[in-house]
Amino acid sequence: MALMQISEPGEAPRAARHRHAAGIDLGTTNSLVAAVIGERAVTLGDEQGNQLLPSVVRYLAGGSPRVGLGDQQFVHDDPHNTISSVKRFMGRGVEDIQKLGDRFPYEFVQAGQGMPRIRTVAGDFSPVEVSAEILKALKERAEQALGGGLEGVVITVPAYFDDAQRQATKDAAQLAGLNVLRLLNEPTAAAIAYGLDQGAEGIHAIYDLGGGTFDISILRFSKGVFEVLATAGDSALGGDDIDRVIAEWILEQADIGRDADQACLQQIVHHARQAKETLTERDEVEFTIERPDGSLWKGALSRPVFEDLVRPIIKRTLAPCKRVLRDADIGVNDICEVVMVGGSTRIPLVRDMVGAFFQRQPHVDIDPDKVVAIGAAIQADILVGNKPGDDMLLLDVIPLSLGIETMGGLVEKLIPRNTTIPVTRAQKFTTFKDGQTAMAIHVVQGERELVSDNRSLARFKLHGIPPMVAGAAHIQVTFQVDADGLLSVSAKELSTGVETGIVVKPSYGLSEEEIEHMLRDSLTHASDDINARRLREYQVEAERAINVLQVALDESGERLLSAEERARIDEALAALEAVQGGDDYLAIKEAMAHLDRATAEFAERRMNASIHDALTGHKVDEICPD
Amino acid sequence: MGITLTEAAADHVRRFLRKRGRGGGIRLGVKTSGCSGLAYVLEVFDEPEPEDVVFEHRDVKVVVDPKSLIYLDGTELDFTREGLNEGFKFNNPNVKDACGCGESFNV
Repeated sequence: MALMQISEPGEAPRAARHRHAAGIDLGTTNSLVAAVIGERAVTLGDEQGNQLLPSVVRYLAGGSPRVGLGDQQFVHDDPHNTISSVKRFMGRGVEDIQKLGDRFPYEFVQAGQGMPRIRTVAGDFSPVEVSAEILKALKERAEQALGGGLEGVVITVPAYFDDAQRQATKDAAQLAGLNVLRLLNEPTAAAIAYGLDQGAEGIHAIYDLGGGTFDISILRFSKGVFEVLATAGDSALGGDDIDRVIAEWILEQADIGRDADQACLQQIVHHARQAKETLTERDEVEFTIERPDGSLWKGALSRPVFEDLVRPIIKRTLAPCKRVLRDADIGVNDICEVVMVGGSTRIPLVRDMVGAFFQRQPHVDIDPDKVVAIGAAIQADILVGNKPGDDMLLLDVIPLSLGIETMGGLVEKLIPRNTTIPVTRAQKFTTFKDGQTAMAIHVVQGERELVSDNRSLARFKLHGIPPMVAGAAHIQVTFQVDADGLLSVSAKELSTGVETGIVVKPSYGLSEEEIEHMLRDSLTHASDDINARRLREYQVEAERAINVLQVALDESGERLLSAEERARIDEALAALEAVQGGDDYLAIKEAMAHLDRATAEFAERRMNASIHDALTGHKVDEICPD
Repeated sequence: MGITLTEAAADHVRRFLRKRGRGGGIRLGVKTSGCSGLAYVLEVFDEPEPEDVVFEHRDVKVVVDPKSLIYLDGTELDFTREGLNEGFKFNNPNVKDACGCGESFNV
């Protein structure tokens, strides 16, 4: 059996079954996958325990591509076939890529109007396909660690990603066989990881200095939703620049010319990176570098010298910080919390300078490389439905219930309000009349019981229902709301499979005030609504009973009833018809009970007669083969 | 018969209660759910209900409502680790079969 945790009284989880979900930080330099295990979100490593997967894909001639660790070295040995920083090309056209400059060694080919593709020994690949390889590797890692298939993932994207870039990311996920629950802005994910969504409303700054990019985002958290107020940054500024200045310092100190061969420069950049990492903990780092002529250079870099080298780079991040405050039209004092993201924020000097700029101690407790993936995992866990009731994040919910109209102008709610999206709900409906071959589906939104008090969203018709007696057809109506709030409604007749559907955007044209108004109405009219609903239900039920009885009377009334019996039934029927249109549901109920008693004998005789008809002319062993 | 706890389970419950700061013990129960009939309930309780049957084992109070006890009598509550997951496990001698998803069981 599944393992259980102790719940608060009355809050036992509805379904103890845990659904596997993961959060993916698809980064420019490194990617990570994280999941909520037990109560905590953790990043998932490979067999060697490496958490970071370098976002590097190496294509081999005749063989499947290799992703991640160990391939990084080929960026220089085999530059045309080893793709790194593919995120920069996502959703971009060839002109956009040319604007990025010529610092990429890849050979781009343009096939017609489509995406530019990168030529490798294994063929031409689009950025989406390359990203899909990275996602596949992360998917495999997660499924191995969780011991099961992933129900869905949340993938993070930079806050400034436009629709094309977001769509490209979604496409890559689909190609990798992942179900994307939502794309989440990276700064929002970091804020969630620190639980800022559980805290007070306020404005937060997310400072993200990664390997090759710098982003600063101002988020406003209010009414349970994060809103990106402004973003700024530098798409060519990051840890790599820090490595470069250290490498240049080494070149200078060791007296190595810039014309040294690739392998030598590569070795020095490698040392530079290690020195940077060492200096976050220690005060000095020593080097032994082999010069191109084979001689050795020994030297040391102290933290003060290191800080002098990198200070100009960190200063460059503060200009966008100023700009973003201006764009958001706020001052430093308006910022409640500062969250640090990205490996480069481990450098003590970065923390000091950012802290001084915002006049706040920045959050650094969560590993800055993992914080985005962890926030995404927390979000994925909630979206997939592992958190019961109250813990639900109000990030994206359906503001008003969605349902369809049923007989009598009543609303059958399929998705109640405050359900988190994305969501899919299906319910079976049936025909009301004998031989009914079509059904009108009227999609409505609102909290009231009657269609007329709610908002009509769409209408469509399902044709081609095979003629059957009332109540025999099974029509499945499915409501699906995707993460972007798009509602698709489909209706399917289950025996024939005929299907039809429609797509609507429910929140379209509704302002917050209108939503609030609709909600208030539903509360003030609650008891009226319930009474109205009860009345309509009885009216519909009465109509159905009258229909059925009329058919039965036409069929066999003559044969099975005496004139006196018939008169009694007719009288009860007339009594019901008389009150059916009225607004006293008790009277309808009474008349129906009366009609029911009056027709009990008739119903029994009909039953007997139909059994008699069915048996007549058959031998006993035809009916009971045993 | 009654309800018992393994030392690991008792230890974990005590720790849980300490962290929560209040609570009389734990409530075990069953409810109808899942694809095979019944599912377990494991909750903390503050005050037992008048009709509850109260057990005490290894310094942990366990309450069960009389209806659930029919299905749970003789159960040993264990705390185990399975792969990356850890949590409580019901070793229930009354169970005839469990459903595939592991959420529910039959007696």
